[in-house]
Amino acid sequence: MNHRLATLPYRKAPELDRRPAPRYRAVVVGAGPVGLCMAIDLACHGIECVLIDEDDRTSEGSRAICFAKRTLEILDRLGTGQRTVDKGVVWNLGKVFLRDRLLYQFDLLPESGHKRPAFINLQQYHLEQFLVERLAGTPVDVRWRSRVTGVTVHEGGVSVTVGTPDGVYALECDWLLACDGARSPIRTTLGLEAKSQVFRDRFLIADVKMQASFPTERWFWFDPPFHPGQSVLLHRQADDLWRIDFQLGWDADPEKERQPQRVLPRIRAMLGEDTPFSLEWVSVYTFRCQRMDRFRHGRVFFLGDAAHQVSPFGARGANSGIQDADNLAWKLALVMQGKAPESLLDTYERERMAAADENVLNSTRSTDFITPKSRTSRLFRDAALQLAGRHAFARGLVNSGRLSLPHTYRDSPLSTPDRDSFAGRMRPGAPCADAPLRAGDAQAWLLDQLGGAFGGMYYAGAQAPDPGLLARLQGLSRLPLPVRPLLLCATGCAGPWRALGASVFEDVEGLYAGRYDAAPGTLYLVRPDQHVAARWRHLELRAVREALARATGQQLEAQTA
Amino acid sequence: MNALQTIARLESPDDFYEALIEAHGGLTDAQSEMLNARLILLLANHIGDMQVLREALAAAREGLDDPAAP
Repeated sequence: MNHRLATLPYRKAPELDRRPAPRYRAVVVGAGPVGLCMAIDLACHGIECVLIDEDDRTSEGSRAICFAKRTLEILDRLGTGQRTVDKGVVWNLGKVFLRDRLLYQFDLLPESGHKRPAFINLQQYHLEQFLVERLAGTPVDVRWRSRVTGVTVHEGGVSVTVGTPDGVYALECDWLLACDGARSPIRTTLGLEAKSQVFRDRFLIADVKMQASFPTERWFWFDPPFHPGQSVLLHRQADDLWRIDFQLGWDADPEKERQPQRVLPRIRAMLGEDTPFSLEWVSVYTFRCQRMDRFRHGRVFFLGDAAHQVSPFGARGANSGIQDADNLAWKLALVMQGKAPESLLDTYERERMAAADENVLNSTRSTDFITPKSRTSRLFRDAALQLAGRHAFARGLVNSGRLSLPHTYRDSPLSTPDRDSFAGRMRPGAPCADAPLRAGDAQAWLLDQLGGAFGGMYYAGAQAPDPGLLARLQGLSRLPLPVRPLLLCATGCAGPWRALGASVFEDVEGLYAGRYDAAPGTLYLVRPDQHVAARWRHLELRAVREALARATGQQLEAQTA
Repeated sequence: MNALQTIARLESPDDFYEALIEAHGGLTDAQSEMLNARLILLLANHIGDMQVLREALAAAREGLDDPAAP
């Protein structure tokens, strides 16, 4: 019944043969989506690491099934975005039912001009499989069936004890990245805790294989006739697999509920007696919100569920964990390469803790709507549902999970506050929005051009080319930390720039200028994780140099220099 | 910034009061509770000002945490 993919190859660790044990720069623990992204991202930044996982297979069951646009953009940077999107299911229409009637439907009306959709549905094991295959092209040293049994943090590094089928060995490393999930054994080993709030409810989740006539839509029922008094969610995934979440209530017996003789009648009642289906995976879970007080403990970092866990409504678990890796990888790489002070690493916690709090807030609000905690709370929930059929305003109150959006690092010490006046959402700290571009006859996307280095996006509009400006723009790549210049112009204005030998992209639909409030001369400095670091109305190398120093944690050094 | 208006604004308070009670006529307690909840949501949307709503919520809550208060 369990759907798991191919077994991954276990090999005996070289340390067990008493070779001189090397010291590693980084050890990533946990090969779930977060650990896999972290290891690949470090490799993309030129850092070799060891990736350890106690299992030798990808995850069991569909688990995290919704991957949001920002995650897909990060996967593009890591090299698995296209495969993930090709395999995934895109949906735009959602329907909300109360008892036996359709209350209303909503169209996500995705904004055009982005390479990636708002999100896709895909089983977690597919995402992991693509990342595991991506590892093959990197120098990451992957060790399956390896369990961390001890961790000692000392001033200069971390000693990790690893248990394998062939025995126990010690690994020495500079940095330990704990991506080992909500029950994080590393967190426990170090005697750390995550303060938690348990939601008093249980859910049955089932992966059901069927050739069904259901359209590719998200259907959410409150109090349906086939499951009275509770809620049910139906989602389509890849391979004709459907994910169904049944709310069971706090009194349900998890052991009993996961038995096929209990599960099958529930699904039959929902799909009808005549719909053939097979059950691939089933699980009963209780969820909690929890967050550690610190995400960094000396040379140990906690990422993803190990650092913070949210309720599943709103797809904020895997998505936020992958963004944790996105935030930390470039910082760690710069520090390891001696290009940034160690204090840069403290901004990981500062930026991602604010993101975690935002996610906890949103998913807790959804949970309170789906599982009201008091009689009055249920009364208002039901009142909102009853009004939602007739009154559009009440649909805004119905909360069965809010779309997961990436966090804007509003008060980040890495951002340079605006000196010039700007409108729009691309403020310092914001994740860059995509935009369609064109280079000659070739279509391109802004975020693909940014890649994973510091970028300097200069918008020339319809201005005539200026050799002096071009020289200064190219000077960005000769700064102490190279900034990759990206020259953008209005449609039809690329020719004269090209005649000067410049590489230039046309803002074909004018969406770059609109989304970034760009006028001729506007420059954005973008971090390697594609968040805005600074922006100006004119290109001044001195200002860029200062902003770059600030974005790499050297602001104090810059002030005294 | 808008503030919650607590000076008398209804032209005929008696008309409103009668209409409010009549709206509940013939309902069970559970149905009445539902009517109240719906009414609150409708009026909150009509007001549409979070500042005013927060002040109204605080004014309605006033004294309820003190067991000695009436």
